Amino acid sequence: MMDAVAPTSEAKPDLTAIAADAAGEQAVGRPTVYVYEAPVRICHWVNAVSILVLMVTGYLIGTPLPTVAGEASDNFVMGYIRFAHFAAGQVLAVFFLARILWAFVGNHHSRQIFYIPVHRKQFWKEVLHEIRWYAFLEREPKMYVGHNPLAQTAMFTGFTLFVAFMIVTGFALYSEGTGIDSWQHRLFGWVFAIWPNSQDVHTWHHLGMWALVMFVLVHIYAAIREDIMSRQSIISSMISGERQFRD
Amino acid sequence: MGAATETFYSVIRRQGITRRSFHKFCSLTATSLGLGPLAASRIANALETKPRVPVIWMHGLECTCCSESFIRSAHPLVKDAVLSMISLDYDDTIMAAAGHQAEAILEETRTKYKGQYILAVEGNPPLNEGGMFCIDGGKPFVEKLKMMAEDAMAIIAWGACASWGCVQAAKPNPTQATPIDKVITNKPIIKVPGCPPIAEVMTGVVTFITTFGKLPELDRQGRPKMFYSQRIHDKCYRRPHFDAGQFVEEWDDEAARKGYCLYKMGCKGPTTYNACSTVRWNGGVSFPIQSGHGCIGCSEDGFWDKGSFYDRLTNIKQFGIEKNADQIGMVAAGAVGAAVAAHAAVTAVKRLASKREDAKQDH
Repeated sequence: MMDAVAPTSEAKPDLTAIAADAAGEQAVGRPTVYVYEAPVRICHWVNAVSILVLMVTGYLIGTPLPTVAGEASDNFVMGYIRFAHFAAGQVLAVFFLARILWAFVGNHHSRQIFYIPVHRKQFWKEVLHEIRWYAFLEREPKMYVGHNPLAQTAMFTGFTLFVAFMIVTGFALYSEGTGIDSWQHRLFGWVFAIWPNSQDVHTWHHLGMWALVMFVLVHIYAAIREDIMSRQSIISSMISGERQFRD
Repeated sequence: MGAATETFYSVIRRQGITRRSFHKFCSLTATSLGLGPLAASRIANALETKPRVPVIWMHGLECTCCSESFIRSAHPLVKDAVLSMISLDYDDTIMAAAGHQAEAILEETRTKYKGQYILAVEGNPPLNEGGMFCIDGGKPFVEKLKMMAEDAMAIIAWGACASWGCVQAAKPNPTQATPIDKVITNKPIIKVPGCPPIAEVMTGVVTFITTFGKLPELDRQGRPKMFYSQRIHDKCYRRPHFDAGQFVEEWDDEAARKGYCLYKMGCKGPTTYNACSTVRWNGGVSFPIQSGHGCIGCSEDGFWDKGSFYDRLTNIKQFGIEKNADQIGMVAAGAVGAAVAAHAAVTAVKRLASKREDAKQDH
């Protein structure tokens, strides 16, 4: 099955096996599998919106809008932008945390973005296959119920690690305003042991934002492309929770 | 230096204050602090019996701006700090003794007040070439520092030099100038950063130690919480303009004349922990932002190496060319975007080609 240049017939998945894979679910007509449970989907879209808000407001905090006219007491532009940033950041943190908790409770797909099975040779072979597929070296894609191995690697680094980094540095920066007696400082003040000058934390937080921009670009592109090319639903799956196989 | 240890009481008596006034002072202090009736006599007793804290003030690689700042303290006046509150036994900049006489004091204090004196260090030791770059009294400064630190009660690291390294430790740091806490690791160290630190902050730290006989509470980075727990930005009088979104965009624009926020001009107030915006300078007259210039972050670690004082976003030099996070990010994101577009195009072409192939096979 793992032959690098797999013939087409081999690449066809055993759909009954896949259907049986989703605990107790039966494939009817076009085989569909319940992959993303409701909490996963809710977290996905809340995080997506938060990240969008965070990127826009975060950029505007680093590079503020042109000066507004009038009295200082009549305006609160920067204040609103910062409020939106902090609010979205805390929403993201809560839903990220909820998502981690759900990984313990939910189905095995919900755990996928939190680890990479680095020790499994088969996993890396399939990552290679996916890379070859994206490099147009494979004629047929493999089908996966959850994330494909390459996607899992990308989700783990691009989302889980990057977002965790942004949450940690974000709360550390937020603690600068709330003060050294705040819980934020108690929990995240250690960041300033790594970078004693918080200017560096700002810079890293900024670079983290751009790393997430890149992740989002690739993430959305890959989702749309796979939806079309891999003959399985990707985008609608994150709304309905079900993955449909169209072959 | 006197034979017996001088107390605060003997000093103020020498300055012509009567015993009656002294007791009045003690009662007034006790009352104003809301302490019980016994407190007055206990304060009097403490001031009569507690020896003044001996202080050794040493100078390593530095510019003496800390001393310059210190002698301008207004509350308390530096003369009160130096002549009454502490027993400044050694300070090579302002002491009368010189040469061997001066060096003898170090040895004397070290043996006589073992574990009781405060070692105040201005500047830092360069470690390269065995400490050759700062010779003091015929010996590398680092040796003198280690010797005096051994028997000190605590160390005050004055200024950005002693706390972080400052300009002499800026890249590439040819002399390997090293902050005190990287050289002395077994003593409590109070960092009082700033280039220089605010005079009142310096005397304030000294006053705290002499009054309470203990070190002030320190933050994670070893700075006294009472002066360094908030940023310039948190208490800046221009903060309302920041929240309103009113910024100086050019040094000579209308906004600069109106005193708007200097954030866009690279003010480091949002990342600088110091008391400038509350205590201010020169007896509370002004501070950099009040005079129209952004904060340069002089009390922060490595402030010389964080790019221009006038840039909002720090320049990153790791990539060969100096770019800030946004410039790097936009290029990287642009590259990814272009790659995605190219990939999509190839995908479309390939798909079209394979469809035609399929169609041919079907016919």
